[in-house]
Amino acid sequence: MSIAVHWETAPSGLWSRMSLGQKQLIWAWGFLAVPLLFYVVIRFWPTFQAFYLSVTDWTITRPASFVGFENYTRLYADPLFWQVFRNTFLYLILGTPISLLISFVVAYYLDRVRFMHSFIRALYFLPFLTTAAAMAWVWRWFYQPVPIGVINDILSSFGIPQQPFLRSTSQALPAVLAPAIWAGLGFQIIIFLAGLRAIPTTYYEAARIDGLSEGAILRRITLPLVKPTLVFLVVFSSIGFLRIFDQVYNINTNDPGGPLNSTKPLVLMIYQTAFSSYEMGYAAAQTVVLFLILLAISLLQLRIMRDR
Amino acid sequence: MTAAVSSQGRAMSSVKPGRIVAWTLLFIGGVIMVTPLLFMLSTSLKDASQVYDLRIIPAVPTLDNYWEILSDGRFTRWFVNSMVVAIIVTISNVFFDSLVGYTLAKFRFRGRYIVFIAILSTLMIPTEMLVLPWYLMASQFGWLDSYWGIMFPGMMTAFGTFLMKQFFEGVPDDFLEAARIDGLNEFTIWWKIALPLVTPALSALAIFTFLGNWTAFFWPLIVTTSADLYTLPVGLSSFAVEQSVQWEKIMTGASIATLPTLIIFLFLQRYIVRGVMLAGLKG
Repeated sequence: MSIAVHWETAPSGLWSRMSLGQKQLIWAWGFLAVPLLFYVVIRFWPTFQAFYLSVTDWTITRPASFVGFENYTRLYADPLFWQVFRNTFLYLILGTPISLLISFVVAYYLDRVRFMHSFIRALYFLPFLTTAAAMAWVWRWFYQPVPIGVINDILSSFGIPQQPFLRSTSQALPAVLAPAIWAGLGFQIIIFLAGLRAIPTTYYEAARIDGLSEGAILRRITLPLVKPTLVFLVVFSSIGFLRIFDQVYNINTNDPGGPLNSTKPLVLMIYQTAFSSYEMGYAAAQTVVLFLILLAISLLQLRIMRDR
Repeated sequence: MTAAVSSQGRAMSSVKPGRIVAWTLLFIGGVIMVTPLLFMLSTSLKDASQVYDLRIIPAVPTLDNYWEILSDGRFTRWFVNSMVVAIIVTISNVFFDSLVGYTLAKFRFRGRYIVFIAILSTLMIPTEMLVLPWYLMASQFGWLDSYWGIMFPGMMTAFGTFLMKQFFEGVPDDFLEAARIDGLNEFTIWWKIALPLVTPALSALAIFTFLGNWTAFFWPLIVTTSADLYTLPVGLSSFAVEQSVQWEKIMTGASIATLPTLIIFLFLQRYIVRGVMLAGLKG
């Protein structure tokens, strides 16, 4: 009955003579039409354009003209770039291991906790839902000198001397990194919890029957079996730390990336080159370098996953 | 029922000193995690004279900071901007990502694999690299300083498409065949039959997209120049610069930017945690 009704309402002629396969084909490409247009115009075309811009001297006032690899040689010779490169990797090699170690330890113990489990989990997870730009201001306030700064207040109540934090070239980068680690922990803990829960309990039961100690179970069963989760989180958080921007920009708005560029990451350099100096071509070359770094990290992940 | 009893029994029998120490340390760690949020909220409830008093519970709590900031009008505007942008982008992603994910998972046609790889390959391209061409595009088409200018780069994502494809692959073909025999058209089959079967994935996608756009800073900072079009994070940043040392005002602004997501979480905790797990494992 319903078929008959459907045939009558269907557009006559051509459509009704088509085979099911042909109709399916039209539906499929119909569904994909708008999205494909989007991906071509908003993703693929800009990707090629970014590569092209990186070999031009485009500025806001001057139209783009081809200059070869000039931007790249300039970047290579720019001491600021190497400072920024170093900072960016410092965010990565400090941020990733520290945050993953903390989140694994928390997840490992939280997994065994039954009493108020979801409440404690929520405490760790809440910072993940915050706005980085807003939290940078909260932490900036914490790092102020006494009497306003909370951390220095606590330190002085223990008789520890005042710390300069954001005013010091050596302390500023870890001080900026702290809120980034803090905000990311909740996500990592949840993912680790999911990974831990996916391990069949029979493995643990068998290990206990065999008389393995807790430490041996952790080393021989838990760690090898959460390795895929770990690899995912290493890559995910590495990419996050390599792209750090919101926190750095907001925690020192008088001199973003300061003092003396000691906290400036690559994305902030890109932003300033493009939208403070208006050297779009030069900034495009920097974005290509960022892309190459991220690509290398992703390929490394694929490699590790295949070796598994 | 039996599961509850047995887990309770396990908990009872295994209350060892080590467990109590671990629980206490976890609890203290958790409290430290939310301390910055507590300080932010408590300072937003203090007047200028109490800011130096670092007690968490304000001696004389007041909502004056909130009234002052909200009567200024700018924050209301930024709040509305952020809401409009985050909601529209979320709806667009939920619609298009799942439509494309479904098509790639459930239709057999030539070119399917190429389309999938092409979309997936855009995951390799960092946003920062596309920002300059987007900026160029936006200025050529007059999209700077408009909602569309803020929204257009994120209307669809490869991540969301991939996530939805993974879930649609778990929907049995028999269901769709049955609907086809009943004479439903393909759009109705997707909308009425397939979509309701993947609601956990849809809610995960919606949560992620909303959160990502609510907190987004980099692109809105670039594409907006007039204060009327700022989103909340960009507006807050400019507001905080202008307040300089009035920390109680800045903390009030930060609270306004943060509270909506925290309140949503309190109501939807189970879905959000499950969504993060789903997205993390499948994505």
